[in-house]
Amino acid sequence: MLKILKYSFYDLMRSRWSYVYFLFYLLLGIVLLFLNNDLSKAVITLMNVIIILVPLIGTIFGVMYYYNSREFTELLLAQPVKRSSIFLGQYFGVATSLAMSLIIGLGLPFAFYGIFNSSAIWDFSLLLITGGFLTFIFTALAFVIALSNENKIKGFGYAILLWLFMAVIYDGLFLMSLLYFEDYPLDKFSLFATMLNPVDLSRVLILLKLDISALLGYTGAVFQQFFGTSFGVILSFVMLVFWVVIPTFFIWRIAKRKDF
Amino acid sequence: MIEIKDLHKKFGKNEVLKGIDLSIGEGGIFSILGPNGSGKTTLIKAILGMVIPDSGEILFNGESLKNNFKYRDKIDYLPQIANFPGNLKVSELIEMIKDLRATKATHDEALIDLFKLQPFLNKRLVNLSGGTKQKVNLVLTFMFDSPLIILDEPTSGLDPISHLRLKNLIFAEKEKGKTILVTSHILSFVEEIADEIVFLLEGKIYFKGSITKLKTKTEQPDFEHAIASILSASYA
Repeated sequence: MLKILKYSFYDLMRSRWSYVYFLFYLLLGIVLLFLNNDLSKAVITLMNVIIILVPLIGTIFGVMYYYNSREFTELLLAQPVKRSSIFLGQYFGVATSLAMSLIIGLGLPFAFYGIFNSSAIWDFSLLLITGGFLTFIFTALAFVIALSNENKIKGFGYAILLWLFMAVIYDGLFLMSLLYFEDYPLDKFSLFATMLNPVDLSRVLILLKLDISALLGYTGAVFQQFFGTSFGVILSFVMLVFWVVIPTFFIWRIAKRKDF
Repeated sequence: MIEIKDLHKKFGKNEVLKGIDLSIGEGGIFSILGPNGSGKTTLIKAILGMVIPDSGEILFNGESLKNNFKYRDKIDYLPQIANFPGNLKVSELIEMIKDLRATKATHDEALIDLFKLQPFLNKRLVNLSGGTKQKVNLVLTFMFDSPLIILDEPTSGLDPISHLRLKNLIFAEKEKGKTILVTSHILSFVEEIADEIVFLLEGKIYFKGSITKLKTKTEQPDFEHAIASILSASYA
């Protein structure tokens, strides 16, 4: 698997899109830091960008890479290589290169800014870690979708819908249900619902770390009580890991049975 | 070398292979023929483990293919369409395939010479023409010394000189005692190289044997008419 990962990674590292993605983050980091001069505000803006953009790019790139490398995959399938190694290798190659673009692209300007001497280093690291998780989660979901759909248009459609659902619609439904059931105690429900969406989970994790949970009102207090504890943080990370492991398991399972 | 027992495969409602029993011995050139959609490529892909059969069994040198991938080290496969990751250089692609296989490649330099590929070695695959890509494809297929070679439509998109070189390559490999499986729609090419024909029709083996045997069976004077008579009989 490592060999396939290596080649997928090299292939992507030379593609123009990896650079565009890297430069975008580099520019974003520079603009936010040096024109703004307020580190926590910069981190909040970055959070909003990362929460929406990273899943989108992970989904699109994952689907695109899978469909584009179809003939290459067939070439590999005829070699003495395990099937699961081919697909898992490609998946980790794509996800790793995307995560690297994100981490280096944002890390460089922050490093020059002097993040290492600042108290915001933990907020910033948390931002990058959740960004990395989101990349791995959504690339894996994209691979699952692409593997189950021969038709490219359908695959792209489902992938975009998935992103739209996770990033936008889920929140809408969540809010609506909160309003509709406002007479009932909803603490447990909202905690649970947040856990089930990696985008929301990442957002809440970062917001609470930034100590602006007071903005969230009563729910914020409940969340602070839960996510503020180390148990809450550990549980959130366990959930994020599950969000990576479960789609990866599906990649493995679908790849094993698929015809080419 | 290959033993296929009662192989069935469906794609959705489309039953492609309806019980194939086939045994392919060691040495010689076997050509798999059949009209479009008769299951040629599916059969080849089943042997390569790319298509997973619904039922039936395939044995390669006595070993079942199920959950097995190491046997592919003994197969060289030329796919129909040559398409490679565009950002790799030709030399890197060759190195990569070598890296993925346990056996040593011995002929790569001779083949690069034969197809005059030196000027392209440091170019990215995305910048190559279709014909050059196909030559790279041929190098990748023939650079190993595997006992079984599978060629899926090897003549498609080749210029006359490369066509001739391919034919010579196939004969040279046969001389070494290898088994070669070829699918092709170009009957003159098949007639020239094949020792034995496997004719697939509607997912079953309609005929297996030499070209002379086929001619006597169909009572036709030449190969082309023999094939045509099978096809018109099946369409009627």
